[in-house]
This record gives sequence, C-alpha cells and structure tokens, in this order.
Amino acid sequence: MKSGKFAAWAAMILGVAYFLAPLIATFEFSLRMRRGEYSFDAYRVVLASGNFRDSFFYSTVLAFVTIIVGVLVVVPTAYWVQLRLPKLRGLVEFITLLPLVVPAIVLVFGYIKLYGSSSILPLTATSLGADALLMFGYVGLGLPYMYRSVETALRSIDVRTLTEAAESQGAGIFTILFHIILPNIRSGILSGAFLTFAIVIGEFTFASLLDRPAFGPYLQLIGASKAYEPSALAIIAFALTWACMGLIQLFGSGVRFSVDKP
Amino acid sequence: MSFLALTGIRKTFGAHAVVRDFNLSVERGEFVTFLGPSGCGKTTTLRMVAGFEAPTAGEIRINGQDVTHLRPNKRAIGMVFQSYALFPNMTVAANIGFGLKVARRPAAELKARVDEMLAMIKLPQLAERYPYQLSGGQQQRVSLARALAPSPQILLLDEPLSALDARIRVSLREEIRALQRKLGITTIFVTHDQEEALSMSDRVVVMNDGAIEQVGTPSEIYNAPVSRFVASFVGTLNLLNGRIVDASSGAIDIDGQRATTARKLNGAKPGDILPMALRPEALRIGVGGDDRNTLAGVIEDVAFLGAVVRVRVRLAEAAVIIDTFNTGANDLPALGAPITVNFGRDDLIPLLAH
Repeated sequence: MKSGKFAAWAAMILGVAYFLAPLIATFEFSLRMRRGEYSFDAYRVVLASGNFRDSFFYSTVLAFVTIIVGVLVVVPTAYWVQLRLPKLRGLVEFITLLPLVVPAIVLVFGYIKLYGSSSILPLTATSLGADALLMFGYVGLGLPYMYRSVETALRSIDVRTLTEAAESQGAGIFTILFHIILPNIRSGILSGAFLTFAIVIGEFTFASLLDRPAFGPYLQLIGASKAYEPSALAIIAFALTWACMGLIQLFGSGVRFSVDKP
Repeated sequence: MSFLALTGIRKTFGAHAVVRDFNLSVERGEFVTFLGPSGCGKTTTLRMVAGFEAPTAGEIRINGQDVTHLRPNKRAIGMVFQSYALFPNMTVAANIGFGLKVARRPAAELKARVDEMLAMIKLPQLAERYPYQLSGGQQQRVSLARALAPSPQILLLDEPLSALDARIRVSLREEIRALQRKLGITTIFVTHDQEEALSMSDRVVVMNDGAIEQVGTPSEIYNAPVSRFVASFVGTLNLLNGRIVDASSGAIDIDGQRATTARKLNGAKPGDILPMALRPEALRIGVGGDDRNTLAGVIEDVAFLGAVVRVRVRLAEAAVIIDTFNTGANDLPALGAPITVNFGRDDLIPLLAH
C-alpha cells in the first residue's frame, strides 16, 4: 500500500517536473537581461512593442473566428453522420485526419495555387481574403481535434432518441441542434476549442507563407534576432494563452439557452 | 371515420419486410396496444405513426389528414420513449415546457400549462430539478407530462415501463391509464408484456413476424385466441393436439381420451389433427359433471408459487398444467399419484392449424 502511494507520488512529481522545469528555466533566463541581477526588462521591452500587441490580438481574433467556424462545420457534420449516415463514419474520420498526414507547407502551397491572384477565386489578392483563407486553413488544421472531441461527446448522449423526442415536440433541425445537441456536447466543443486555440496562436507556416501579421511569425522573428526577449515572449504567450482558454471555459460553462427556462 | 387509420402499411429494410399488410383503425379516445415479441414490428409500426420511419407502402391518416409523408414535427403527436429521453440540459419544468416554447406560446400560458402538468403528474416540487436528479419512475412521469403538454392529437408510448422495476411499473401503468381516460386522448402503447397489454387497453393488436395475428379486446384476446401464437403469447397455456372425431358435436380425441368442445372447429373434418388451447386456470381437480370434460393422468410435478399451486399432470404423451389457488392446506399433491382433472366444454379452444 505504502509503496503504491510512493510510486504514485513519484510519478506525479516526475510528470510535473517534466512540464515545469523547461518553463522555470525559460522564466529564469528571461529575467537575466540586466547584467548581474534579475529584472523584468525583457518583459518591459516585449510589452512595449506594438508588434507584439498587434500580432497577438490578430491571432486571438483569428482563433475565435476559427473556433466558431469550426464548430459550425463540425457539429452539424458529426451530428448528421451519427444520426443518419453511420456507415460513413470511417470515411469522415479519415478525411478529418488528413491535416495530420499532409504537411502544412503542402496544404498552404495548395491554397496559394487554388486561391492565388490569378485563380477564379483570388482570395490572396486582398487582405480580408487572405485573412479568410488563413482562417479556413486553421479550421482544417484544427479539424482532427475538433471532430474527435465533438464526436466523442456525441457518442456519450443518445443523439437519435433526443432528436426524436424534440421532433415529437414540434422542433425543427435548428432548434434541435442549438437547444438540444449543442448544450449537451459543450464539454466536447470546449476541449476542441482549447486545442484549436493553442494551434492557431502558435502556428507559423500558414501565416508566414500567406504573409499575415500573426503571432507565430512574430515569435519566430524575435527568436531569430534577440536573446532574452524570446524567453519573455514565450512566458507571456503561455500565460495569455491559458488566460484565453480560461475565458473560453468560463464563457462556455456560463452559456445558458433561453429555452432552458420555461 | 376512424381517428387514426393505417391502411396497407408495409415496411422493408433491404429485402426483409419488418411490417406486412398492416391495416388498423383506431377510434378517437381509444387506448390500443401493440403486443408482440421483440422483432415483431410493433415499434417500427409505432415509429411510422410518429413519422420517424416512412412506410414502404400504405397510407397513414390522422383525423382524416394524410400524414404518410409529413415530418414528425408537423404531426402533433406526443411520444414517450423507453429511455425517457428527457433533455439533460433542461430542468423538469423546461422539459415539460419545451414543446410549448417551440410553438411560441405566450409565457404566461406556458407557465400555467407547465404548472398544470406538474400537478397532474404529482411532482410540482421537482420543477427545478434536472433529469439526472430524478428516479426512473419520476423521469418517465416527466416524459409523459412533456408529451401531453402541447395537447397532441395522439399519444404514442414505446415500451415506457420496460426500464422500471416491477412495483413502479404497476403503479405507473395505472396512472397512465387513468390519465388517458381523464384526458380522452387517443393512445397507442407498445409492449411485449401481456399483463400490461391486457390491463390497460381498450383493444390489443397482437403482432408476430411483421403481421397482425389478432385484434380484439383484452377479453377476446385471452379467452378466444385465434392462433397458437396468440394463445401461447398471451398468458400461460396448455397446447394439446386434438384429433377430430365428430365435427358436428365437437367430439375430440386427446391422447386417447374423449373430450368435447363447444367452440367452432374452423372447418376441420373427422381425422384432422387440430391444435387446442386450454388455460391452466380453467382446469379443476376431480371428476366433472356431464356437461364437463374429464381427463385422467398422473401427477408429474408440483410447484408452490405462493397464491397459486401449479400442478403438471401427465396424460399419455401430452401433459397439462393446472393452476389452483393455495387454500392454506399444508399437503401438496403427491408426485406420481393418479389424478383426474375436468374443464368446461367452452374452455377447450380450437386454434388455426398453421
């Protein structure tokens, strides 16, 4: 019994150390900008930079839009596959896994070729079009995670019977999706949203090749040209990302649909 | 004109027909039960009435309107599911008010109706609870209230009591029947439990292998089954092979012993072998009078079931089971002892040969 407890504690300490040690080391290094003493100079420099604020804001907004579009694409698809097309589940799962198999650089060159300025739909010709293209690219990158989270959540509820119960009460497909299905798979949507957010905030390849002012390319630029600021930036980005995830959690848990109250 | 009419209904999944040539008329306010074993097509038929399945052929009319291809949310039906199917994210009150909310009824009317429904199911104190905080019986009551709240044309119940324990099942079936009588709502009930079917229904539709075997009142189904399937599915039953001796007088040979039936022999001729049904509770121990049949045999088994003592009597090749009330006497019949049993001529029921 005692040895079991010791092993459990040892495993936990090892796990925590594995994740915290690099963070602590990075944090410690970020404080060494002033020679001979610890200071927050690197943080001051980073936070004073307009590029940092703009790129982080850009990526945050893009992440939220990506999550919304991803949910709107994935939830009805996964719901419909589960309800009416269970035989297609394998095919849909395969399609959602493709972004893990096809390298991001291949995908983005494909996008540029398809939506370049000389194509029928020249999305890269305008700033807004390129932003939209980047967002759709991120929806694709987040697809494996969002689909799996939503699909697992859908499997945990009796989708067919709940749908039929709502239909027998006169509800149409949108009422069923937004008032019955979505609230009951909120945990799955939230975990998909966290993963999507984390992917979008740090993504470099898509943003760089589409020439968008995102946080990933900014991180890379600072990392290549400065010493202490990248460490400070990594810690700030880490904290801000977790804060945003906390906000998503808070917002997601707090959502109540008006129909919940008679 | 009947309130609900199912005409020539057929449903196939691939090459397999799960419902065949189904014709039924249900009057307004009637309580009709679909009874049959698993896979007999009763739930599929109910789902076609609800609109969750489309018939391969045939027509469904509700109150004169052809609803065969109408979407479920346009049919004004209320449905209660075996698994309750309450919306987990909503309170009891919100669940009950869901249909009214979807129909955009005014808030005051909605609240009044929800309160009325909560009072009807005797759970007003649970209005703000969530489904996971309720017992199975409470959840099914809420499900019933939700189905009835929008005042549907027809109430459909798909094995609503199957997931409940025995005591709750009995009390809830009485409540459902009382509510149905009070509201006068046309109701279709699906079950594989013959006791539920007989105790609740105005009429019972016995189904087997996708087709109707018999439609009748509970008394007709129990006392005058038309087929071996109906007879054996509804209640415990002795099935005997009777060789017709004289069709006009109803004389029959059962395992070398003579008996007479007062019922029609379905056109059988002398020498034909016809399956005959005999309810255990129709048999009495002892020699019967001139107007009763008497058979002799030996006691093969005795089972003490509490209120009833079940005795199995071996005739020759066949055996019959007799149910007698437990009178409190300590002495049970001895195994191997000779015994005579008697039954009325009307109790021997000839069945269709198939």
